[in-house]
Amino acid sequence: MSAATTDQATLAPGGALGGMPLDSLMACPQCDALYVAEMPAVGERAICARCHTVLIAPKRKAGFKIIALTLAVIILVVAALFFPFLTISAAGFGNNASILDSASSFQSGPMVFLSLAVAGMIVVIPLIRTLLILYVLIPIVGDRPPYAHAKRAFRLTQELKPWAMAEIFAIGCAVALVKVADLAHIGFGPAFWMFAVLVIIVLINDNYLCTWSVWKSLELDQREA
Amino acid sequence: MTAREAGLVACRRCARVWPMGTERCARCGSHLQSRDTGSLSRVWALWIAGVICYIPANIYPMLITQTLLSTSNSTIVGGAVELIHHGSIGVALIILAASVLIPMGKFLAIAYLAISVRRGSDVSAARRHHLYEVVEFIGRWSMIDVFVVAILSSLVQLSVVASIHPGSAALTFALSVIFTMLSAQAFDTRLFWDTKDQGQNQRNDTT
Repeated sequence: MSAATTDQATLAPGGALGGMPLDSLMACPQCDALYVAEMPAVGERAICARCHTVLIAPKRKAGFKIIALTLAVIILVVAALFFPFLTISAAGFGNNASILDSASSFQSGPMVFLSLAVAGMIVVIPLIRTLLILYVLIPIVGDRPPYAHAKRAFRLTQELKPWAMAEIFAIGCAVALVKVADLAHIGFGPAFWMFAVLVIIVLINDNYLCTWSVWKSLELDQREA
Repeated sequence: MTAREAGLVACRRCARVWPMGTERCARCGSHLQSRDTGSLSRVWALWIAGVICYIPANIYPMLITQTLLSTSNSTIVGGAVELIHHGSIGVALIILAASVLIPMGKFLAIAYLAISVRRGSDVSAARRHHLYEVVEFIGRWSMIDVFVVAILSSLVQLSVVASIHPGSAALTFALSVIFTMLSAQAFDTRLFWDTKDQGQNQRNDTT
């Protein structure tokens, strides 16, 4: 039997589970190791002893922080869409491109698919994820029963997570700048800075979100209802 | 002890456990399977799709640059070589890493992991799982080259002086990255640990 201690917090081994109610157990989603689920102290993390996947990571006042950051994300995304993102000038000619221009730069024939995919990955999916997270968390933080379909919404945020690629797009900007540096002069528009802030917030936000705690809250609320 | 050994089936989405045979997780609504038996076939199907798309991605041009004097088509590797000639070795290395090294490494790693599940492997489950996590983490970053093409072709539109258009490789490369990401996601990582456990159990049985 595998040991079931963790790096910072301790989960009891799932071995001695005779008669344990099933909702007090949890299994590592990555390797199936069974544990007695116990909330670690705030700021600590419960880690699977076998494959080192983070199982539970509650953060102080995480709900409020996530909601605040998520509101900031929505404002920044919407604002970043409408301001020029990058500007370029060479030999008297100039041009500027917004994020939407970049996303819609593939226009001929099957390349349209690529425009849709890029727009989705850098704007639509990050935005949908933040809206859904708000939808799920606001009732939880306010100690009210969850809104309709909150579970489906939260599942979707987890499924979409790998496809939200705003931070990769941001690094892509840096690469693009260097590529044309000797061809033309490049400047940053206001949207570029908004986007940079946005990427940092999204990364912090994901760090705050403990999916296990959210599922637990959704389950408890369901039983009371 | 695993959930399976305890006669339970675990939800991969929300970590809740249910009695073996339960079909849907009542907490998050995900479909439950103790081990995803079709996982490897899906991994291979998407892997093959990814490899097929990666071939034209390297043959056809990624960027078409038109300047006053000339029109040049550059492939992924060609573009990186050009950057080295211009002296931006750092960026060339980023492009090469994201567009050549990472995709190739991913193809090899996923194939190796899939074979290791079927055939067994001397490499410990922990190390193979770690390899899988690396593949999943860096796989998305291959999209960077597609984004660079998108940014350049929207930004560099300076009439006759210079303009950049996306080449067809951008599409096939993006498809290759997407298929490879789906292939990695299709993997049921619990399969790594099973083979190890079965080995341990057999040893325990004999002692």
